[in-house]
Amino acid sequence: MAKISLIVNGNPTTANIDPRTLLVQFLRENLRLTGTHVGCDTSQCGACVVHLDGKAVKSCTTLAVMADGHEVRTIEGLAADDAPLHPMQEAFREHHGLQCGFCTPGMIMTAVDMVHRKGHDLDDRTIREELEGNLCRCTGYQNIVESIAAGARAMAKSDLA
Amino acid sequence: MYEFKYHRPATVRQAANLLVKNEDAKLIAGGHTLVPVMKQRLASPAHLVDLTHIEGLDGIEMKGRSLVIGATAKHADVANSPLVGEAIPALSELAGLIGDPAVRHKGTIGGSLANNDPTADYPAACLALGATIVTNKRRLKAEEFFQGLFTTALKSDEIITKVMFPLPKKAAYQKFRNQASRYALVGVFIAKRPSDVRVAVTGAGGDGVFRVTAFEDALKKSFRSKALEGLPVPSDGLNGDLHGSAEYRAHLIGVLARRAVDAANGKA
Repeated sequence: MAKISLIVNGNPTTANIDPRTLLVQFLRENLRLTGTHVGCDTSQCGACVVHLDGKAVKSCTTLAVMADGHEVRTIEGLAADDAPLHPMQEAFREHHGLQCGFCTPGMIMTAVDMVHRKGHDLDDRTIREELEGNLCRCTGYQNIVESIAAGARAMAKSDLA
Repeated sequence: MYEFKYHRPATVRQAANLLVKNEDAKLIAGGHTLVPVMKQRLASPAHLVDLTHIEGLDGIEMKGRSLVIGATAKHADVANSPLVGEAIPALSELAGLIGDPAVRHKGTIGGSLANNDPTADYPAACLALGATIVTNKRRLKAEEFFQGLFTTALKSDEIITKVMFPLPKKAAYQKFRNQASRYALVGVFIAKRPSDVRVAVTGAGGDGVFRVTAFEDALKKSFRSKALEGLPVPSDGLNGDLHGSAEYRAHLIGVLARRAVDAANGKA
């Protein structure tokens, strides 16, 4: 067993885990943060994307023990429980950027990371290129791209990063 | 995934000692090849040695006329480094074509080289640019480092610490990606160096990355894409699979090489 201490969505967390535990397993099974999904389990689909020290990573391909001492942010950490949604979440709702919703947490975490790196004025081409590691099998992406462009603009006016 | 013992050395020397002491140990940094193959139980190391807590292993700097990239520098670091962009722009472009943004936030140059996947991008850059792979024990020229499919000159207790790239006069990388995996179906890296021209191909060789000397000779005489027109690329020894036949890959090598020369000449 390995002892790990990390910060998840602002909360210091300590646990004793089998070193084999994947970060996504740790988040879902130990912390019951089930917003992060496992889609393909082969680092292709992006349903498991979370932020590790502020950068989008695939938590199905990251060992939890290697997140020790680092900071993790999941879809649950974007906005406080009783507060309004994060602007990117709101944009997905407003622009119908989801159908079944399975890929949505990963899409939104990827989108927020995209805004952090590329700014608030994202063109179609940039968004589509940046989404190459996230698969959606319902929407055909059109509304996801629109949601991300709108969410990026809304984030410029929001206190939520 | 099978059970393993996890180690977190603070220095390269400690990491090397762990490799000596534990025969069945594997190094991990980004883990973006190793973790998937461990999940599939294709690899089952009894010990994992984590290199990510060793300080100073991920630096990017100029040393004389060489660009030096630390082994645990991530693909995103190389893609976004102004230093790399200035020194060898083809290398930052190559790094930006690996996987997807989340993969680039984790995968490392040292991991890519040590794994020597026949469809990986960095081996082509190292071979064409004439890079030197520096380990805790010695310096290896790229042409002696790569030794076939998933095979390198690395000894079992040897650790890549950095890669030194001599600056080329011009260079470019052209990649035809497998749409699903983002790996190179074929990738061609061309470097015009002070004394010669090198053409390295990844994705196509049945034995991993290789050089096309017929192209190199032609380009040394005239560094223009026209110089490659009509030069045959034999399909012997090339990979053929459901993504493309050996003949198709041979054809792509010619097409991508000509595009790479044009790109290196600023005619993209």
